[in-house]
Amino acid sequence: MTNTVTKTADRDIAEALCEQVKKAHTDRTPLRIVGGNTRAFYGRPVEGETLNIAEHSGIVHYDPVELVVTVRAGTHISALEASLAEHNQMLAFEPPRFGEASTIGGAVATGLSGPRRPWAGAVRDFVLGSHVITQDGKLLRFGGEVMKNVAGYDMSRLMAGAQGTLGVLADISFKVLPKPTASHSLKLSLPLSDALKKLAELGRQPLPITAAAWHAGELFLRLEGGKSSVKATRERLGGEEVDASFWQELRDLEHTFFTQNNDKPLWRLSLPPNTAPLALDIPESDIFYDWAGSQRFIKTSLDSETLRQACQREGGHATCYTSEALGGAKAPFTPLNPVVEKYHRNLKAELDAHGIFNPGRLYAAF
Amino acid sequence: MNIHYDERLDGELRSFEKADVLRDLQEAAPSLTLLHREEDLRPFECDGLAAYRILPMLVALPETLDDVQTLLKRCHALGVPVVTRGAGTGLSGGALPLERGVLLVMSRFKQILSVDPDARVARVQPGVRNLAISEAAAPYGLYYAPDPSSQIACSIGGNVAENAGGVHCLKYGLTVHNVMRVDIVTIEGETMTLGSEALDAPGFDLLALMNGSEGMLGVVTEITVKLLPKPETAKVLMASFDDVEKAGQAVGDIIAAGIIPGGLEMMDKLAIKAAEDFVKAGYPVEAEAILLCELDGVEADVDDDCETVRAVLEKAGATDIQQARDEAERAKFWAGRKNAFPAVGRMSPDYYCMDGTIPRRELPRVLKGIAALSEESGLKVANVFHAGDGNMHPLILFDANREGELELAEDVGGKILELCVAAGGSITGEHGVGREKINQMCSQFQPDELTVFHALKAAFDPDRLLNPGKNIPTLARCAEFGAMHVHNNELPHPELPRF
Repeated sequence: MTNTVTKTADRDIAEALCEQVKKAHTDRTPLRIVGGNTRAFYGRPVEGETLNIAEHSGIVHYDPVELVVTVRAGTHISALEASLAEHNQMLAFEPPRFGEASTIGGAVATGLSGPRRPWAGAVRDFVLGSHVITQDGKLLRFGGEVMKNVAGYDMSRLMAGAQGTLGVLADISFKVLPKPTASHSLKLSLPLSDALKKLAELGRQPLPITAAAWHAGELFLRLEGGKSSVKATRERLGGEEVDASFWQELRDLEHTFFTQNNDKPLWRLSLPPNTAPLALDIPESDIFYDWAGSQRFIKTSLDSETLRQACQREGGHATCYTSEALGGAKAPFTPLNPVVEKYHRNLKAELDAHGIFNPGRLYAAF
Repeated sequence: MNIHYDERLDGELRSFEKADVLRDLQEAAPSLTLLHREEDLRPFECDGLAAYRILPMLVALPETLDDVQTLLKRCHALGVPVVTRGAGTGLSGGALPLERGVLLVMSRFKQILSVDPDARVARVQPGVRNLAISEAAAPYGLYYAPDPSSQIACSIGGNVAENAGGVHCLKYGLTVHNVMRVDIVTIEGETMTLGSEALDAPGFDLLALMNGSEGMLGVVTEITVKLLPKPETAKVLMASFDDVEKAGQAVGDIIAAGIIPGGLEMMDKLAIKAAEDFVKAGYPVEAEAILLCELDGVEADVDDDCETVRAVLEKAGATDIQQARDEAERAKFWAGRKNAFPAVGRMSPDYYCMDGTIPRRELPRVLKGIAALSEESGLKVANVFHAGDGNMHPLILFDANREGELELAEDVGGKILELCVAAGGSITGEHGVGREKINQMCSQFQPDELTVFHALKAAFDPDRLLNPGKNIPTLARCAEFGAMHVHNNELPHPELPRF
């Protein structure tokens, strides 16, 4: 990737992309699907001819009153968010951005969501429809631009998090939401166990919380909603005010936790709400709780087996964000149960018979 | 619409004898309740779409996971189709039985397995009623958000199959947004867990795919749902308009003001009158349209939002705005809307309920189109509308005793759905395709898109044994009926029982 694409241009190259896919299908050439190339760390390396989505960019249709935007996959997240902000709206799932080049297509393909996720929903919850380039190079439409649509199978949501292994996202329609009227971020000095207790207690009440994190003895909360409720909750919880940029740094993994002292592999643990701290030998300074404890980032040299078993015992899973550090195994994602894997293989065989779409990106077998 | 499975249009089925299948299943699963006599099968001949009735070959009422697995394994081996049914309240014939198939009824799976107030989840069996989950969560100040109008009776398994909605979808989402995990049994009898009690799971999002798949990919045997804290308060405003278009515009204005109401419903004159005659909700019968706008959340915010919405409604030209003064009046305002269907039922011997969705901006145009269809056909249409999320429920009034009127109503219904598709919408927002809208799928999707759906199906059920003839039409069916609205007079009209 070069850095020539600095601004989101309004360009529709779907036809050319379809041609390239069609040819790859015929020639059985594996394709490495690339947007901003900022998410390669998330998954296994792919060998293949580059299918460059970055130039397929621009907002196709945006109607703030309908709360719907349709955007080409190569559009920079920053550009899309800027357009939404002009109408005081936002992508409520706060897709992480790993640099200016990060595209919305990559955000959907990797299925990652930001700090607001437990309260607002994940990427796939906001996907209303998509145009997908299928294995035979056809541009097909699934879902649409309406809030409710249960006609046919939910192909669009299936594409979210599939990392381009089932097809190429050409454009995506999202539900967008108005930005909250008021926002206030605060921190409370609390040891981990007290913080988790507090989060469980607060979680059962209808409070305007939209983010909750814990790190190094401090519980961070973001309050968002109407002016009155934010004010009342702020008065009730007290604490010290924190700049809202804290959440942006957490969202984009730019907090010093991620940028400093990162000689050990970085893991993301996804655990059920209210899971107690795992009995693992990891210093507290190497742990960052997000999503009120459902998402935990840890820096550790513990082996994947140990980590995965600890998570699985609690009903969760572990993903390595620095898979090159895993050495030979190269399995950043938790292996699937054999029956579930069988149906993954079946799906892959049906939708990508020759294995041309990002082969091996998720799992070595497909 | 020919409701019977047609091998020429819906795909071939393997041949077998009922007696052989019965004997095989009885031997394989001695503890499984199997119904096979006509009088026992009769109660299962239809779901909530009562115009469509077919007697199943056999009814199975399992009580254990083992029996579900054995049943599916045997049906898979014998090539016997299986239609799964929950409470049977679905409105699109998704659980319509097959004459040559087993109806798998999950109603005996009705246990709430656990409610965890700290993790805010409930683990339930598929036969648990939607409302029973909220009742079980209520002592903790929690509830399950999706509330289809049938929530007293409908089961959560059916909700997953249809991706059921309700009146609070714009703010709280559909079933797919509120289910964290499902356990399913495949047609081969394997069990698998999709999703997780964590907020995501490794691999493809098969959980999302399973929601709304209408029992075509697997049989749901356990569900973990997300619970939400009950909003501190809910207040409702009712606005009257002397023009439907103004009411439609007001809906957009509320959203544009940055407010996401908990519920935002619209009714037209005919629906208002029917509801008022029926429940005396205090609706203004002289109005052309009313909007019900419910704002929920923290008390202080809700009061602020009520003021904002009131100002927006005034500016939009509302002729009257009332705010329910207390909980009793709020319930009364909602009673009219929630009873709109039975209220319309009192005005006419029969009615046919549609479920199209449209971008809200298209509302005036689509309503005009519906009015024109109504005039042309001579059938009255009452409009009830989840205005916030663009989901229309036109109710077509007719009398099935008059020759040809059911067919006329179906024809008008089909045309209304085509209007929705042409306006950039969908043929179904929350009721599902089922058997009812199988032909309309041909106007919403191109053959290539349907081919992808068939591929998804083949990944799970290549022999097409789970609920065949529903949800996704074959290309052969679309070749024949794709232009059904043009050639409607050539459609075969089977003898349909009365609504």
